[in-house]
Amino acid sequence: MASSVLSAASHSFSPSSSLCSRQTHKGKPKIGGNTLRFNKGLNSFPHARSSGRISMAVAVNVSRFEGIPMAPPDPILGVSEAFKADTSDVKLNLGVGAYRTEELQPYVLNVVKKAENLMLERGDNKEYLPIEGLAAFNKATAELLLGAGNPAIKQQRVATVQGLSGTGSLRLGAALIERYFAGAKVLISAPTWGNHKNIFNDARVPWSEYRYYDPKTVGLDFEGMIEDIKSAPEGSFVVLHGCAHNPTGIDPTPEQWEKIADVIQEKNHIPFFDVAYQGFASGSLDEDAASVRLFVARGMEVLVAQSYSKNLGLYAERIGAINVISSSPESAARVKSQLKRLARPMYSNPPVHGARIVADVVGNPVLFNEWKAEMEMMAGRIKNVRQQLYNSITSKDNSGKDWSFILKQIGMFSFTGLNKDQSDNMTNKWHVYMTKDGRISLAGLSLAKCEYLADAIIDSYHNVS
Amino acid sequence: MAIRNSLNGQFLRRSSFAGARFMSSSWFRSIEPAPKDPILGVTEAFLADQSPNKVNVGVGAYRDDNGKPVVLECVREAERRIAGGQFMEYLPIGGSIKMVEESLKLAYGDNSEFIKDKRIAAVQALSGTGACRLFAAFQQRFHPNSQIYIPVPTWANHHNIWRDAGVPMKTFRYYHPESKGLDFAGLMDDMKNAPDGSFFLLHACAHNPTGVDPSEEQWREISFQIKAKGHFPFFDMAYQGFASGDPERDAKAIRIFLEDGHLIGLAQSYAKNMGLYGQRVGCLSVLCEDEKQAVAVKSQLQLIARPMYSNPPLHGALIVSTVLGDPELKKLWLNEVKVMADRIIGMRNSLRENLEKRNSPLTWHHITDQIGMFCYSGLTPEQVDRMTNEFHIYMTRNGRISMAGINTGNVGYVADAIHEVTRSGYVADDMDQVTKSY
Repeated sequence: MASSVLSAASHSFSPSSSLCSRQTHKGKPKIGGNTLRFNKGLNSFPHARSSGRISMAVAVNVSRFEGIPMAPPDPILGVSEAFKADTSDVKLNLGVGAYRTEELQPYVLNVVKKAENLMLERGDNKEYLPIEGLAAFNKATAELLLGAGNPAIKQQRVATVQGLSGTGSLRLGAALIERYFAGAKVLISAPTWGNHKNIFNDARVPWSEYRYYDPKTVGLDFEGMIEDIKSAPEGSFVVLHGCAHNPTGIDPTPEQWEKIADVIQEKNHIPFFDVAYQGFASGSLDEDAASVRLFVARGMEVLVAQSYSKNLGLYAERIGAINVISSSPESAARVKSQLKRLARPMYSNPPVHGARIVADVVGNPVLFNEWKAEMEMMAGRIKNVRQQLYNSITSKDNSGKDWSFILKQIGMFSFTGLNKDQSDNMTNKWHVYMTKDGRISLAGLSLAKCEYLADAIIDSYHNVS
Repeated sequence: MAIRNSLNGQFLRRSSFAGARFMSSSWFRSIEPAPKDPILGVTEAFLADQSPNKVNVGVGAYRDDNGKPVVLECVREAERRIAGGQFMEYLPIGGSIKMVEESLKLAYGDNSEFIKDKRIAAVQALSGTGACRLFAAFQQRFHPNSQIYIPVPTWANHHNIWRDAGVPMKTFRYYHPESKGLDFAGLMDDMKNAPDGSFFLLHACAHNPTGVDPSEEQWREISFQIKAKGHFPFFDMAYQGFASGDPERDAKAIRIFLEDGHLIGLAQSYAKNMGLYGQRVGCLSVLCEDEKQAVAVKSQLQLIARPMYSNPPLHGALIVSTVLGDPELKKLWLNEVKVMADRIIGMRNSLRENLEKRNSPLTWHHITDQIGMFCYSGLTPEQVDRMTNEFHIYMTRNGRISMAGINTGNVGYVADAIHEVTRSGYVADDMDQVTKSY
């Protein structure tokens, strides 16, 4: 029997991890309080009867996960960790995209606190939601996205399933593509949010990039974008950021959106919008949804992933939705049923807490208006900070470099145009933490720190190459 | 900015130059309607029923004696403490460290040396489903040629989870229809005959859907057999505390395996035992050989979680860590979980008595032999249909009854109905009837 244990070990695991090598490897591991030893007589049964069982001094199973490598740290979350470890007084965290007040504190919206208290008072139960999520939330989120009177909603052509914030909603959409559009490719912008690639990779959906960011202008490479979308195989899915492109902050103009829609229609592509900042970009929910509404108004079939992480500050509650606007109510119903079938083996049904908050806020006119005001406030603070940063830089920098991209970009993030070495200089010399692609999160910047940041950027841009 | 604002109105009213070229044929044409989920579909049908006598013994959510959902007092108190306080920043990808710590103590033992030695790779997961899915994806990634052995029968969603994760399934015998108990010989045989080093899915306690658990002795023999074959035991523990009323006792199988030196995987859920169904809070853990391996395994689990949902929801995790982390609240929880378990056990006794009183030709001791929320009644799918169509009693077609849906007010009625449909003395006594109802 001992041999079968050994053979089990060498059969199942990497060749280097036979039991023999395990024994010589840094001494005997302590298992169950006993030192590791072999029981020669596995045939003699260690049955537990009434008193004191024979201890099962059998060789411990060699782990099935021997040799599993350490995964690389997440590029974005790793920045915050490095920031925490820095002891400098002047350090600035412009890494992760979570909103901060002028005092650089996290912010819980007042309407959220109110909604939570309402929920407590109501004594809501904690029953499972249906697989598709909270009905009141699904209704509210589709109406927020498309406008309450939108014909697509009236005609019941919108399939909405509550998802685990933007990530989870994108993943459901990706899984739908994998299952029903075999071989279809997804086009994502270069650059894009880092997790887009992971999502499509893990969902086993092939992707390629379309040109987006133009480093020369620190703006949109519109020609390149159109060309790449045009040259993709017909019937590709095109991931578009509805507003406040992450990481660049560069959005197409309304005219450019029209042309993008034209070429997508021409090639029979399907647009897949990622809407993570509705209301948070311009301060207006309607304005920020204009791109999506444009496409839907043309009668196109569209996928849209939404998130309430930023605009309602509900980061940790994981609340969002996947919407599929299709050409008939019957097709929307079928699609919804299949989205549910994909969700069930992932997490069965979505978490209720965030959904109730959104439904309560949107469903209550007083709270809804308060929310809009808070959102305007948050977006306004970011716009002010952009302006202040621009003013600081332009007043200090005499090189003639055009810094206006800071004002043209929108949303939480700004692509500074700094390269990796320059970004490293920001961190190493100035204790400014950002991602290596040159992205800074303006949500983490206060008016008071704009001068300092301006100095850092100017120094890094001019003195480091 | 200015450009955008001034064009706003124009932008919205404008119709495309190409005309609104309406998509005449949908991209989603080939997408078929999905079949209804067998378990959750039951509740939908129940809700639609207008009959005043209707009884829902379908989905496994606890109900009090008035048939109402329950939010535990310890949970309400925890919520009062956390309301309005926390800012809702993202949890780490692996979730709430505190909640995970408390979960490991609950499952592995407060003073577990595996915790002290940091040998457990553990992450917060989206309840039991999410924990199983993470593990299945992990198994697929690092053992792409492996399969998962699942008991017959098992919770229907297990099939979906491993299938969608891309891991093929095999089965091992578990339920013995003739005795409505455990097919122990068949189980041991199947474990012996499986190739060395196979992955086995085990229900730690309160097997779903049968309620049939191995005895302690049987667990020890199972442990031995698994050890001899070098199999990997993955436990799904969705009912710790909820089965016997005592979480320590319900973790017995796991403790046996740990004593015997197995390196286990474990999915935990707080849906039932803390009544946190809709909050989706659970934990996935994998016991490793040493701390270094545990760190590596955890990092890989996070790599799987990140493109699924980035990081898990906070609220439920806060509730769990508040309750388990506070001795008073934890004590309250232990009492409340015992109340729930006791009520279920009481209803089992009551249902059995009621059936025996009616001089049923069949035996019903399995109702009290089985444990946990579910009872495998032995009803055939046709009999289940009669239960629903004639008596408005909703259950899944495999004959599974959720005892949580039974109360002093309806136990007589349910007994009547079961008696009525089984008058002929015929019950599901072969596995075809059990398995075809998936």
